[in-house]
Amino acid sequence: MIEFEHVTKRYPERGDALKDLSLRLEPGEMAFLTGHSGAGKSTLLKLIGLIERPTRGQVRVNGRDLVRLPRRRIPYHRREIGMIFQDHCLLGDRTVFDNVALPLVAAGQPRREIGRRVRAALDQVGLLQLERARPLALSSGEQQRVGIARAIVGRPPVILADEPTGNLDPELSREIFHLFERLHQVGVSLLIATHDQDRVARMPYRLLRLHQGRLVADSGRW
Amino acid sequence: MSAVPGARSHHNRRPRLRRRLRAWLEQHGRTVRDTADHLLRTPLATVMTAGTLAIALALPAMLHLVAVNLEQLTGSWQRSAAIALFLDPAVSEERAAALAAELRTWDGVVQVELISRAQGLAEFREYSGLGGALDQLDENPLPVVLALYTAPAQMGQAALETLTARLEALPEGDFARLDAQWIERLQGIIGLLRSAVWLLGAALAAAVLLVIGNTIRLEIENRRSEIQIMDLVGATPAFVRRPFLYSGAWQGLLGGLLAWLLVVLAVSLLQGPVGRLAALYDTDFSLQGLDALTSTVLLAASAALGILGSWLAVGRHLSSVEPT
Repeated sequence: MIEFEHVTKRYPERGDALKDLSLRLEPGEMAFLTGHSGAGKSTLLKLIGLIERPTRGQVRVNGRDLVRLPRRRIPYHRREIGMIFQDHCLLGDRTVFDNVALPLVAAGQPRREIGRRVRAALDQVGLLQLERARPLALSSGEQQRVGIARAIVGRPPVILADEPTGNLDPELSREIFHLFERLHQVGVSLLIATHDQDRVARMPYRLLRLHQGRLVADSGRW
Repeated sequence: MSAVPGARSHHNRRPRLRRRLRAWLEQHGRTVRDTADHLLRTPLATVMTAGTLAIALALPAMLHLVAVNLEQLTGSWQRSAAIALFLDPAVSEERAAALAAELRTWDGVVQVELISRAQGLAEFREYSGLGGALDQLDENPLPVVLALYTAPAQMGQAALETLTARLEALPEGDFARLDAQWIERLQGIIGLLRSAVWLLGAALAAAVLLVIGNTIRLEIENRRSEIQIMDLVGATPAFVRRPFLYSGAWQGLLGGLLAWLLVVLAVSLLQGPVGRLAALYDTDFSLQGLDALTSTVLLAASAALGILGSWLAVGRHLSSVEPT
């Protein structure tokens, strides 16, 4: 589903964020990406979402060669990838419903379809009753679940999460991880960057550890 | 269909044409409403922008009306005598009438009007204010005058001069005065005015582009985070651009409407004074306002300038899709 071949990403101002990294994630696989901040976790996720392009090497997602993907195809690529961010990236002046609907609106879905799918996604994260609320009125755990609902509403085969529990207390974190497991059970591929190494080490999923831009540990497929 | 994520159905990935068209219309309709709402939620900024645009758009429109009205005015003046032929005082009114009849057959002469000595005297008395002095005279000193109306389209300046010379060469003629020169000059001025409309119009259109470009730039700044998120969830550049283009169109249209109102107001304010002035000159001239075509052109051009202005701004400030 996700393939990295000898990928290097160099930033002019801070050098190599990823060094000759190779990696392969099977369809439906769920894996955690760990490492200190600055180890290259975010960079790796950004390359998959084509927010950035690699300096060298190959990145393939769902059989698609991202290095050669023309600019005008990027939006269509992003529709197949649900992205979840540490700071949620929600719009404060829109309702929860409107926030979750954004990917479908952007994809030009008809309104009836949007309503149905947004409610299905909100139902999955347990926020159906809050669809009229504004994100700022919600707790940070609820906000993160809105972010997850937005990531899954377009039913993408791949979900990326960058420190999704970074701002949450352990109880809320567990809820979020539980949600990810449920998504995994229905066949979504997930790659989750987290510094919460203790928690994920106890979970039966693949662990990828980055250190200074290199893959230093891979627990392999479960 | 199941609510299971990951199970992208074939049906959804390839919506039928009609479904797609409906979704497209829905999206556009929604954008039209959203952008209008957005402008209504910031009434002060909207009115200020629209006011600036209105002034910029009203100026060329008004200048255009000045040119149109001057043209109309010379049109009515061209119907007045182009050449006045003063006959020798010795020529009798009967002879003058016969001459007038003959002149009517000449090429380029549309009509010949005979102004008798008595008429001339009456007019002179009325307009000169020298009535008392005239009463001292034993006999009418004025000659018979033939007023010649020419066909303006066929008569250039040279032809009129030739005609004048021919008239003066007549045995009955004393001298002929050509009145057309100032009309030519006026037409020159109108031509200049027309060019000025275009020049001023072009300059002010550029101003409209800058004003709208700037408001759209601010709008883009204000909605930076929204644009970034739309970008991340797979919105195409066209989709991101769309609300700004509609916003530009709305602002342009609003400015155009306001400009139209300004012009209509100006015309109605000037109508009274112009009417009084026209009455003094004994004509029934009335100020011509914006006709349907000009109004349509004004509104369409305003909206088009709005779209173009925001297009330019959007092109400059919305290039965030390209990954680095």
